[in-house]
Amino acid sequence: MARILTSRRAALTPLLLLLPAIATMLFVVALPLVFSLWTSFTPYRLTRPDTLYDVIGLRNYIRLMSDAAFWVAFGRTVLFLAIALNVEFLLGLGIALLINRITWGQRGLRTIMMFPMMFSPILVGFQFKFIFNDNIGILNNALQSLGLTDQAIPWLVDARLAMFSIIFAEVWMSTSVFAILLLAGLFAMPRDPLEAAKVDGCNAWQVFRHIMLPFLMPFAFIAMTIRSLDVARAYDIVAVMTGGGPAGRTELLWTLIARVGYDNARMGQANAMAYVSTLLSVLFTWYFFRKLVAARRYMGGAQ
Amino acid sequence: MAGITLRNLVKAYGRVRVVHGIDLDIGNHEFVVLVGPSGCGKSTTLRMIAGLEEITSGEIRIGGRLVNDLPPRKRNIAMVFQNYALYPHMTVRDNLGFGLKIAGQPKEVVAARVQEAADILGLAQLLDRTPAELSGGQRQRVAMGRAIVRHPDAFLFDEPLSNLDAKLRGQMRAEIKKLHQKVNNTVVYVTHDQVEAMTLADRIVIMRDGHIEQTGTPMEVFNRPANIFVAGFIGSPPMNQLPCSAEAGGLRLADGTVLPVPARLAGKVRPGAALILGVRPDDISPEGSGLLATGEGAMVRLTVDIAEPLGMESLLYSRLAGQEVQSKVFGPRLVSPGEVLDCRIALDRAHLFDAATGRSLEAA
Repeated sequence: MARILTSRRAALTPLLLLLPAIATMLFVVALPLVFSLWTSFTPYRLTRPDTLYDVIGLRNYIRLMSDAAFWVAFGRTVLFLAIALNVEFLLGLGIALLINRITWGQRGLRTIMMFPMMFSPILVGFQFKFIFNDNIGILNNALQSLGLTDQAIPWLVDARLAMFSIIFAEVWMSTSVFAILLLAGLFAMPRDPLEAAKVDGCNAWQVFRHIMLPFLMPFAFIAMTIRSLDVARAYDIVAVMTGGGPAGRTELLWTLIARVGYDNARMGQANAMAYVSTLLSVLFTWYFFRKLVAARRYMGGAQ
Repeated sequence: MAGITLRNLVKAYGRVRVVHGIDLDIGNHEFVVLVGPSGCGKSTTLRMIAGLEEITSGEIRIGGRLVNDLPPRKRNIAMVFQNYALYPHMTVRDNLGFGLKIAGQPKEVVAARVQEAADILGLAQLLDRTPAELSGGQRQRVAMGRAIVRHPDAFLFDEPLSNLDAKLRGQMRAEIKKLHQKVNNTVVYVTHDQVEAMTLADRIVIMRDGHIEQTGTPMEVFNRPANIFVAGFIGSPPMNQLPCSAEAGGLRLADGTVLPVPARLAGKVRPGAALILGVRPDDISPEGSGLLATGEGAMVRLTVDIAEPLGMESLLYSRLAGQEVQSKVFGPRLVSPGEVLDCRIALDRAHLFDAATGRSLEAA
C-alpha cells in the first residue's frame, strides 16, 4: 500500500514542478486567445460589456465575407508584403555583397547598417511623415529647389504615392534585416565551391547565379519569415503617416481592425477580422518556412 | 592534352615572396607531384597554374599558350580541391555536368559524359544523391568525376586525400593512379605526404620555402637525394643524419668511431671536411636480419632504447655515436630495450652531404 502511494507521488512530481509554467501559459496565452475567440462569436462592444454574453454564432464571420473594405485591406496587405519583402531582399542582397567585398571598415559599416533598426517605428513614421509632407516636407522642398518640379507633389495624399511612401519608410527601416542575415550567409559560405565553379568555366555572374545565390537562399528565407510576420502586422508606421487614409486608401488589415475595434468599439467584429488576418500570417510563415526547410535540406551535412 | 611550362614564376604578397622564381617543365600526359612541408609554396604554385592566384612575375604556359592573364575558366584545366568543393545544392549528376552545362554543351552530350565519368569512378548508383548524403571517399570521387567529364588539358589536384582516413587514403591513392592510367591526362598533384608523392608520381618536385630543391623520378630522389633536406623528407622513417669529419682513414663520428668512406664517393671527400653521413633505417640492421646486403659495409655497435614491433619488422631507436638513430630489424627477431646489437651499415647505399651547404657530395 505504502509503495503504491510513493509511486503515485513520484508520478505526480513532474506535473507539480511544471505547474507554475503551465499556469503562466494558461493565463498569458490561452486565456486571451480563448477570450478573443469567444468575443468573435458575440456582438461584443467595448461600451456595452453585457453584449459579451450574447452569442450570435458565426454572424461576425459571415458579415466579414461580404465586407468589401476588409477584403480590399486584405489584398492591399498582401501586395504591401510582396513589394516590401522583394525590395528589401534585393537591396539587402546588394548591400551585403558590397560590404562583403570591402576589406577595411567592414565592422563599422555593419554597425552603421543596423542604425535604422534601432529607432522606434513610430518615430520613423513621424520622420517620414515630415519628409513626405507636401507643404513643409523636405523632399518637396528639395525637388522644387532643384527645379525638378514646380508644384507640391501630394506624397501622402494621393493614394498610390501614399502607398509608395509607406513602403519606402518600411524598406528604409528594415532592409538591414536582410542585409545582416545575407551578410552572415556570405561570411559562412565556403570559398572552395566558388573557386571550383571558376575553374569549371563560370564567369562572375554565373558563379553568383549558380553557386552563391542558392547558398544564400536559406538565409533569405529566414529573413523573409521574420519580416513577413513583421509586415503582416504593420500598424505603427501606417497609423502615424496616413492613418490609413486618404479615404481608407492605405488601410491595411491592422489599421482597419484597430479602427473597428477601438474607434467603433465593435470588438467582436474586430476579433473576427483579427482571426482571419492571423491566418494570413500563419500562411506566409508556413510558406517561407517550407521554402527554408527545402533550401536547407542539402546544406545539412555538407562541409 | 597539353604540357605545362613555368618560367621564373614568382608570387609575392606585398614584400613577402612565397614563390621565388621557379622553373618547371611538365610534359604531356605526365603525372607530376609537388611535395614539401606546409608553407613551401606548392599550393600557391598550383593555384597560380589554375588562375586562382595572380602571378607576380614570370610565365605560365599550358599547351604552349601563355595563360598569365587568362581567368581560370579560359585555361581549360580542372581542379580537385582538398575539401572536395562540391556544389552542395546540386545532385551528383548536376555536380558532374555543371561545367559542361555552363559551357553550353547540348543535353545529350552532358548526359553521355556524366555517364562515362560515373562508370569510370563507380558513381552510377549515386547520381541522384546530394553531396550531404555521400561519404568522404564518395565525395572525393565525385570531385574527380567533375574534373574528368570536361576532358581538360590538365588536372590539378590540391591535397585531395588529406581529409580522408588512412585506410581510405590508401584506396583512393590507388584509384587516382588507375584513373591516370585510364584517362592519361597531364596531372599536377600537390601533397605534403611523401608516400603519396612516391607512389603516384612520374616525377616528383620537392619544394621548400618557395624554391625547388630537387626534381626527379621517385627512385631518383630516393636513391640520389640532392641535398640533406630531400634526404630527410623523402623516405619513411626519415634518413639518419650523422655528423662526421673526413680523415685519412675514413669518416670519424662524434664519439671517435671511424667508418670507411663509401667507395663510390671516395674521390669526392676532401680530408678535414665537415660532413653528414646519411643512412636510411633500412640500411642499418643486424647481419642476417635486414635487407640482403652484399655490397660494402661496416659494423657498428648499437644500444637499443626502444623497439617498435610492426609484425613484419621492428623499428629500433638506438644510440650510435651519442645520437639517436632509427633502424630496422626484419622477421621473427625480437629485440628488447637495453639490448646491444652489432649492426651492419650498408655503405654502398649511404650518402654524404657537405655539413655547411647541405649538398650531396655525389652531385659535386
